[in-house]
Amino acid sequence: MATALEKPPVVLSDAPAPAGPRKGWREYWHLYAAISPFYLIFLGFGLFPVGFSLYLSFHRWDGLGSMEWAGLSQYQYLLSDSDFWNSIGNTLIIWALATFPMIFLSMVTAVMLNSAVRLKGLYRVAYFLPNVTSVVAIAIVFGSIFSTNFGLVNAVLEGVGLDQVAWLNTPWGIKITIAALMTWQWTGYNAIIFLAGLQTIPSDLYEAARMDGAGPIQTFFRITLPLLRPTLLFVLVVSTVTGLQSFSEPQVLLQTSSNDSTFAGGPGHSGQTMVLYFFQQTFDNNDFGYGAAVAWGIFLVVVLFSIINWRLVQRRGED
Amino acid sequence: MASIPDLAWKSGRSGRAGKASRVSEPRSGAAGWRSATAAVRAWPSRNSSESSEKPPRWRGGGVTEGSRRRGIALHLPLIIGTVISAFPFYWAVIMSTHSSSEIFSYPPKLLPGTHFLENLRNLFDAIDFFGSMWNSLLVAVSVTFLVLLFDSLAAFVFAKFRFPGKGPLFGLLMVIFMVPAQLSVIPQFVLMAKIGWIGSMTALVVPAAANAFGIFWMRQYMKSAIPDELLDASRLDGANFLRQYWHVALPVVRPGLAFLGIFTFMGQWNDFAWPLIALTNPDNVTLQVALSQLNGTHGTTDYGIVMTGALLALIPLLIVFAIGAKQIIGDLAKGAVRG
Repeated sequence: MATALEKPPVVLSDAPAPAGPRKGWREYWHLYAAISPFYLIFLGFGLFPVGFSLYLSFHRWDGLGSMEWAGLSQYQYLLSDSDFWNSIGNTLIIWALATFPMIFLSMVTAVMLNSAVRLKGLYRVAYFLPNVTSVVAIAIVFGSIFSTNFGLVNAVLEGVGLDQVAWLNTPWGIKITIAALMTWQWTGYNAIIFLAGLQTIPSDLYEAARMDGAGPIQTFFRITLPLLRPTLLFVLVVSTVTGLQSFSEPQVLLQTSSNDSTFAGGPGHSGQTMVLYFFQQTFDNNDFGYGAAVAWGIFLVVVLFSIINWRLVQRRGED
Repeated sequence: MASIPDLAWKSGRSGRAGKASRVSEPRSGAAGWRSATAAVRAWPSRNSSESSEKPPRWRGGGVTEGSRRRGIALHLPLIIGTVISAFPFYWAVIMSTHSSSEIFSYPPKLLPGTHFLENLRNLFDAIDFFGSMWNSLLVAVSVTFLVLLFDSLAAFVFAKFRFPGKGPLFGLLMVIFMVPAQLSVIPQFVLMAKIGWIGSMTALVVPAAANAFGIFWMRQYMKSAIPDELLDASRLDGANFLRQYWHVALPVVRPGLAFLGIFTFMGQWNDFAWPLIALTNPDNVTLQVALSQLNGTHGTTDYGIVMTGALLALIPLLIVFAIGAKQIIGDLAKGAVRG
């Protein structure tokens, strides 16, 4: 079917085919015109920015004055910048605190949804709901749930006789709050993706397993999990790329408790993620050259970490 | 993570993109045939398996005591999950209907109060709520319109036509998936400051007007959804490219456009990082930025106002989601599994 059409589209046009080397361009101009908006936008806001940010990272520039050649010094400074390393650590901890519970919960949810006959549609809508909300609004809501003085979490802790926690003022409290928000927002989304993966597993495999006397747990580890690996890979990589670039959650949650900058990530910078640090360096300190170097640093961390995750899941598949 | 879901979406797709383009980019010949027809066949069958659910493994004969207990064991955690998903919305309602002194008092309120109208009035005094909502709407609607137009045009070309340079151009598109957002923030800011767009909504609309994810996604959709016979027939009738696009392609892919449209709208409505930087005039911002300003200035004093703002900002999205929930969830799942 496709092959029937994969030929020049204007073959039957009444104009005689013009001769010469320019024929191709004239014949296809409308196709190029149709795809040109994307490529024009890409040139201006994709290719140029990437090239320019590379160029910038070798310079010193405050955005106004003249640029000064800096060689590799921005990158040298980046490697020894304890604030940057701190932000990498924060980002990875928050990512781990959010991702592992999220993957576990979403997989369990998906398996349960797959077994539920009734209300499946309703559950799916309910579980997807957290993902369509504005992060800013929901971060404000979470800020109040985890508030030290009047938050619900502390009220519950006190109700059961435990000590209150200054969630948004202590290093671990901050990280747990951000991770809780991310887990809440992405568990249902990933559960629906896992559910779709589950539905592609042929039911006769389960029949066979049952006939062989396999219990539900054995079935899960021997059939469900291995066949779900591609979906798991997808979920893990997406979570890595989004999680390592978190910005809005810590920014909104911690902007009022940070005293030096709205991008500082709370007391002691303990909620400052890599992207927050990038914004602080660039737009609070007006250090565009160093900001560009930080952006490349983030890119490298994200790529490295994605590859590591990819490899881990892949290798487990080869066993 | 405002612009990040968008990015995640892009890069998430990119994982599959590599694989899918290898499979479904036939040069010619039998392989192309097979993959194209398989794709066509796969669509309706996926749809039907989606709607007609398989009976559960453990549903035996009649309703026994055991199966009922299993039903409870299954539904109880699912219901708890539903409550957790919905709770923050409920909490926003509670907080926005109480005065600040009530919010700050102990124990925390669990039922709605009576101060909603007062909070609403204070909110409208504190920020230009409707102005910023109008900005958000303007940006989200224009971007959605442009994305649907540009992405579907490009997707139609990549899905159904052959022309010199098609392979490299499509490969480039795939590479663009991977470009991380922060890398373009500074140059984009500098560029827009130069041409005077900083501070205006144009700065938000133009860079978002077409995207690689949408083109890739629509192309996959169009490849299987638009019958080639229909295009051949329209060509014999003398329809030119634009007519084919408008009268043949678009009507067929309307469900795909709905998905892409809803997704784009929600992404734009929620975008935060770039608007926060690009909208330098604090009196002319989008709703998300206004909300963040409100949280910054009133977050420690008047919580009722802040929560009322958050609640109102959630409502338009909930409406869009209510309209398109089925579409969004179904298509999202389909896309993820196909990779």
